Amino acid sequence: MIRHGTIAFATVLLVAAGVRAETMRVAVTTSFHNSGLSDILLPAIERDLGLDVQLLVVGTGQALRLGRAGDVDAVLVHSRRAEEAFVASGFATHRREIMYNDFVLIGPGHDPAGIAGASGAAEALVRIAEAGAPFVSRGDDSGTHEKELALWRAARRNPEGFGTWYRSVGSGMGAALNTARAMNAYTMSDRASWLKFGNKGDMALLYSGDPTLFNQYAYLPVNPERHPHVKGAPGRRLEEWLTSDRARVLIDGYTLGGDRLFTHNANAE
Amino acid sequence: MNEILEGLIAAARLVATLDRDLTEIAARSLQVSVTAVVIASALGMPLGAWLAVNRFRWRRHVIAVMNALMGLPPVVVGLVVYLLLSRSGPFGVFGLLFTPTAMIVAQVIVVTPLVASIAHQAIRELWADYHDLLISIHTTKSQRVRALLWDGRRTLLTAALAGFGRAIGEVGAIMIVGGNIDHATRVLTTAIALETEKGNLALALGLGFVLIALAIAVNILIHTLSRTERASQW
Repeated sequence: MIRHGTIAFATVLLVAAGVRAETMRVAVTTSFHNSGLSDILLPAIERDLGLDVQLLVVGTGQALRLGRAGDVDAVLVHSRRAEEAFVASGFATHRREIMYNDFVLIGPGHDPAGIAGASGAAEALVRIAEAGAPFVSRGDDSGTHEKELALWRAARRNPEGFGTWYRSVGSGMGAALNTARAMNAYTMSDRASWLKFGNKGDMALLYSGDPTLFNQYAYLPVNPERHPHVKGAPGRRLEEWLTSDRARVLIDGYTLGGDRLFTHNANAE
Repeated sequence: MNEILEGLIAAARLVATLDRDLTEIAARSLQVSVTAVVIASALGMPLGAWLAVNRFRWRRHVIAVMNALMGLPPVVVGLVVYLLLSRSGPFGVFGLLFTPTAMIVAQVIVVTPLVASIAHQAIRELWADYHDLLISIHTTKSQRVRALLWDGRRTLLTAALAGFGRAIGEVGAIMIVGGNIDHATRVLTTAIALETEKGNLALALGLGFVLIALAIAVNILIHTLSRTERASQW
């Protein structure tokens, strides 16, 4: 009896989900969702376009993998090198820049390695390395991880040879911040994820502002020639919306405690 | 300690206000796990009984493998189901990835060996008692299996509840094949993982308490309906 009831209820739920507006799936980077920006944009998209955008919140590496397999209709990520390779191998038709923010270095409030006074991001990392202060690396092929590795390259250091102070956790931004807090470690985050993070404790934003920490987000529609089932038309409407003035106002207007989290920089065509 | 208290308060607030998102994901948790357990029981219980009454060459090995699969890592199951259901995989044309159906498929694989193993153990002991009787009245094999399943129904209920316990608290497999999509495939466990990721530990813990309460409620309901564990009955 109970089982029948539950199955009937389940069927109602399934049917209810089926009759909703047109849907498309987009794999997005964790910062887009964890910053709270998606909670602002998705309802507006549903109102304006009648489009139900389903988000898969993953790191950039996994997002591109989902796009390559054709499991999502588009991706919104932040790792230019990986994105350009993705377009070059024909998995996306093109790459459209949408908005940016920047990366910041987070660490224990008393800043044992003294990175607050560093002259550049690479130098700040070198100070952490020389102090042997614990550092949490994402280690998950995300856009943030790629940027961190690029900074180590710029500092002519190779994480392969680092000691136990360098801790690669292989997980998302929030998990890395949770881990860093528990270990009194430094870590790198995008500004939006850090501002929205709910478990800061005595951690503080210690270094930001180097132009190399620029963090560009781009939209890449999956190529329908590779995957015929991909929803091309809603994807184009979403891209138009994301690059519109309506999106500019919403994205630029999204602040947290007075700080702007993202800046819209899409070119209207 | 303070955060555990905040978690309890968050749980109380969510339940007291009948938070709409909470009821939605709790209903989906039940929908996925109950469906998976029903299917796993339909497969696992007859399999367990059949293994108890039949003798064949590789029987011991089949049972050992089935028992070992009780410890199947959900994350690996999730990965395999993901690769099968992906658009680039063999069953990609059905478009099942990131739907509740995909989550049910993964949980059936995780839960079936557990249900089958417990059912097998229970039926084997019952079979030892019933063996002479059922043989002497010339029952067919399928009659024996049905008689044993019926008379062992109380223990089989435990098998199903153990399966439900594993399914409702499982996160590794359904995170991969469901994708934790808001209003589509988000369930209690994946919501807990997400809130932890955001650093909202009190809310994550609150959802955890709701999950535990839900599991207890389902168990009490099943026991009440099947009239077990009452004072006058054994």
